[in-house]
Amino acid sequence: MKRGYFGDFGGQFVPELLMPPLLELEEAMGKILKSAEFQQEFTSLLKNFVGRPTALTYCANLSRELGFNLWLKREDLAHTGAHKINNTVGQALLTKMMGKPRMIAETGAGQHGVATATAAALLDLECEIYMGAVDVKRQSHNVRRMELFGAKCIPVESGTQTLKDAINAALRMWIANQRTTHYCFGTAAGPHPFPLLVREFQSIIGREAKQQFKERTGEMPYMVVACVGGGSNAIGMFHEFVSEESVKIVGVEAAGTGEPGCFNSAPINLGTPGVLHGAHSLLLQSEDGQILPSHSISAGLDYPGVGPEHVHLHASGRVQYGMVNDSQAINAFKMLCHNEGILPALESSHAVAWAIENKDSIPKGANVIVNLSGRGDKDMDIFEDYLKQHGK
Amino acid sequence: MIITTLADKINDANAKGRTALIPFLPGGYPDKEKFWKEILELDANGADIIEIGMPFSDPVADGPVVEAASLKCLDAGVNLKWILEGLAKVRSQINAGIVLMGYYNPVLQYGLEKFAKDANSAGVNGLIIADLPYEEGVEFRDLLAKNEVALVPLVGLNTSPERMKLYADGGNGFCYFVSVLGTTGDRDSLPEEIKVGLKQAKEIFNIPVALGFGLKHPSQLIQLEGLVDAAVFGSALIRHLGDGKSCAEFMKVWK
Repeated sequence: MKRGYFGDFGGQFVPELLMPPLLELEEAMGKILKSAEFQQEFTSLLKNFVGRPTALTYCANLSRELGFNLWLKREDLAHTGAHKINNTVGQALLTKMMGKPRMIAETGAGQHGVATATAAALLDLECEIYMGAVDVKRQSHNVRRMELFGAKCIPVESGTQTLKDAINAALRMWIANQRTTHYCFGTAAGPHPFPLLVREFQSIIGREAKQQFKERTGEMPYMVVACVGGGSNAIGMFHEFVSEESVKIVGVEAAGTGEPGCFNSAPINLGTPGVLHGAHSLLLQSEDGQILPSHSISAGLDYPGVGPEHVHLHASGRVQYGMVNDSQAINAFKMLCHNEGILPALESSHAVAWAIENKDSIPKGANVIVNLSGRGDKDMDIFEDYLKQHGK
Repeated sequence: MIITTLADKINDANAKGRTALIPFLPGGYPDKEKFWKEILELDANGADIIEIGMPFSDPVADGPVVEAASLKCLDAGVNLKWILEGLAKVRSQINAGIVLMGYYNPVLQYGLEKFAKDANSAGVNGLIIADLPYEEGVEFRDLLAKNEVALVPLVGLNTSPERMKLYADGGNGFCYFVSVLGTTGDRDSLPEEIKVGLKQAKEIFNIPVALGFGLKHPSQLIQLEGLVDAAVFGSALIRHLGDGKSCAEFMKVWK
């Protein structure tokens, strides 16, 4: 396999000016991540700052209704309310140990921006967050949180003014400031070594889930499910289970409104191979190779590409990738609130919705772990708007 | 295979005691009707090589001026087919070398082999792909070379001599040296360290060295005498045309 590739997918399709910092990062990963100093400090931060291990919650009420046993890996209980903090604390510590004083990041829903700002504040790093102007409006609560933590949030007015344009802006800024700045990439996509780096920091999710489930039941789950935008929470959950052949693995993409031809965020199901943001992956694109606007009711899934390892897992047949539309995600959002007293992020609601929608194909009494990647406080305004628009 | 057309164009200009001129315009700018007229005007007014941008929706190496111009062209329906077919029609009237510059994905979707053949048929001499570093470009470079199209190496202030040597071994046409750690767009001054980088490039590459990104006025090149064989300018030209002025007027300052 070529360096930096998962099968045919991945690579480093970046301007030459970005190759030196990517090579520097790869070298730092090799040296620093394995060191006892890094591991000791990272483990301590995960426990004492992030709040790990997060709970594995059995949903008794919904399980009765659905006919299978629904378990949730509760990344919503991690500090800042989403799995993103695992990655940003890791990358912030790496930044510090690389001797760089500053981090920049892109964000869609704002969760990665908040998590980066948080980690930067903790480790005394300067921080700048790029966010599409559309996302700034729909996630203003998170913008305020970032600013409170001392980060500068920069609205990106170009292109579709969403996550993909925030990534473009952050990459441009990284080219110019690479000597002092680390780009804290937020998902398991982008050029090598980011898909590996982010997976490294997120794989704690699957490791904990497997251990917790074994302790509770003495066996392996029948299935694990996670939502996929760029795919970091999913790859974090899946990595530990990929070698467990008995475990079915399902990634869930956002189908948008679900109507044929609608804007969506489902490049694995509805995209074609191409190169964007440094990696060969599956993309939403025109025949001419121009990137198409994506859509999901959840800003965090609203991305026209996906991490290359997911594409490889899809191509190899190891992981099944399904789709859930906005209305199904809203339904799951409500069901989890009403039945279990848990407010999920709209991103995570897609994963829960897939399990609900496919309940008839899951054997009675089977154990299904859904990764609840984040909490939904940030999505309350979107939820209210949706109800107003759809009269429900 | 050594492809000499672009190097010859630059060497010819240098032999006449001047820096070769490489203006850049996104395909279809300022609009689809005027574009080919502007290209002919650039050619008639001293361009040694003309760079035609292949617009892309997500141009990470470009600054705001080139990005906005490219998006305008995409909105007008410009694609690679339009550029290659249009070029094929006017190529015989153009004396300058022709280089296409853009991003990998549109070319990948067009089909690498088909692109190499069609580019050759349309009279393209070289290709610059902003997001195709050495490691990812080896096979495509060979495919292009078979079709007598040079894959122009793009290096910069932070490119180590080791990496420059990689590019130099397979590089053709000319070496495109990026003047700043940043995106395209004219700037008032160039970084001092540029001299060290250019000296290195001149030593390592056995093809001419062109300087691009950040150039606004020929006076910027005075301090770099002997280090730069060709100058590339895009944003300043785009802005000039955007103001309704002519290519001839713009080129007058550089000639």
